[in-house]
Amino acid sequence: MTPADYDFIRKVLKERSGYVLLPDKQYLIDSRLNPLARELGCASLMELVQKMRAPGATALLDRVTETMTINESFFFRDKIPFDRFKDTILPAVMEARANTRRLRIWCSACSTGQEPYSLAMILRSMKEKLAGWNIEILATDISRDVLERAKAGIYTQFEVQRGLPIQMLMQFFEQVGEQWRISEEIRRMVQFRHLNLIDRFSLLGTFDVVFCRNVLIYFDHATKTDVLERIAQQLAPEGYLVLGAAETVVGLSESFKPHMDKRGVYVRTGGVSPKPALAAVSPLPAAAAKAVV
Amino acid sequence: MKRCLVIDDSSVIRKVARRILEGFGFTIVEAADGRQALDACVKEMPDAILLDWNMPVMDGYEFLRALRAMPHGDKPKVVFCTTENDLAHIARAMHAGADEYIMKPFDKEIVEAKFQEVGLI
Ligand SMILES: C[S@@+](CC[C@H](N)C(=O)[O-])C[C@H]1O[C@@H](n2cnc3c(N)ncnc32)[C@H](O)[C@@H]1O
Repeated sequence: MTPADYDFIRKVLKERSGYVLLPDKQYLIDSRLNPLARELGCASLMELVQKMRAPGATALLDRVTETMTINESFFFRDKIPFDRFKDTILPAVMEARANTRRLRIWCSACSTGQEPYSLAMILRSMKEKLAGWNIEILATDISRDVLERAKAGIYTQFEVQRGLPIQMLMQFFEQVGEQWRISEEIRRMVQFRHLNLIDRFSLLGTFDVVFCRNVLIYFDHATKTDVLERIAQQLAPEGYLVLGAAETVVGLSESFKPHMDKRGVYVRTGGVSPKPALAAVSPLPAAAAKAVV
Repeated sequence: MKRCLVIDDSSVIRKVARRILEGFGFTIVEAADGRQALDACVKEMPDAILLDWNMPVMDGYEFLRALRAMPHGDKPKVVFCTTENDLAHIARAMHAGADEYIMKPFDKEIVEAKFQEVGLI
């Protein structure tokens, strides 16, 4: 492989997924694409690159792009965002949606499913509070491979060990040989779909909560801004955005602002600001306010 | 400083656990089997226990049952470690009074996650 070949692959990744592969991560190209080359019957990586350069190689370029994605994920990753989801975000959006009793949640880079399933387990364990609510969890990713794994919902001992509290393992998983499968009731709560964040996603509709975690880190500044601005368009005015531990909107988008002291949690600028704790000063919903007058 | 009792019949594993847990600020007490561990608890009840399941003399299950029956025996958070991962096995340990479970071999990251989970760090 020549330096030009590496540059070509880097350009493909950037154009197709936003992924900026830094030169010091070049070894990832070899380690990931060699197996793919073999699978596709190419004698070498160079032959794969030749095929990629041929006109009309779109499907192959997609395949290469998806193969290069970094899919690491675990249940309740970093814990705190999921605590905030339960204790802060959910009560707020439930209040905002008290009339329709309908909530829409989007995990926009869901990888092998641990993130949406973590949310589903939280919601399931609050069953009584949520009786009568219609809650949709949409989980999307650019990689079709991880989506298949997510749908199957089968995890290794190592994967369930990281982050998953033992009670949840016992409550929501069943054992299949050496592996663990998440129960059907949890699987049914999540819908998986293929989606590239670089492409338009306005057709998905409006969401109350968007998790966009540990994916912006792979993009350059302009792509981060573009994706954040378009997410803002899909977020309800009183909705919440949750980013990864190493991510922020600061310096990237004016459409979001941090939610008080809650790290990693953002609300829309100009959206409904979080209410003070005192019930007396909390504004009443329009209908109730009228009744009081 | 919080005290953690590390119970394992392998001195190598005790050493690994000691290094990890001292890194999180625990004072470590070691025991090589359930009997020694109970003696240590009688002397001073620890805040946390990292408990091996398969040990000679008195195994993890018997130790846990005895511990939870002791005065103040409900105080320590118990994280048990085993190579067995079937649900029945885990359920039995949880029923006997364990708080969390770690699959062997463990590393720093997983010990940290599980100790956080039960509120020890
Ligand atoms: C490191 S994982 C993060 C998974 C999960 N959100 C978490 O925090 O644990 C990043 C995921 O982003 C996906 N991804 C990368 N580029 C993407 C794009 N342009 N559109 C959608 N998903 C993308 C990858 O396939 C991968 O599954």
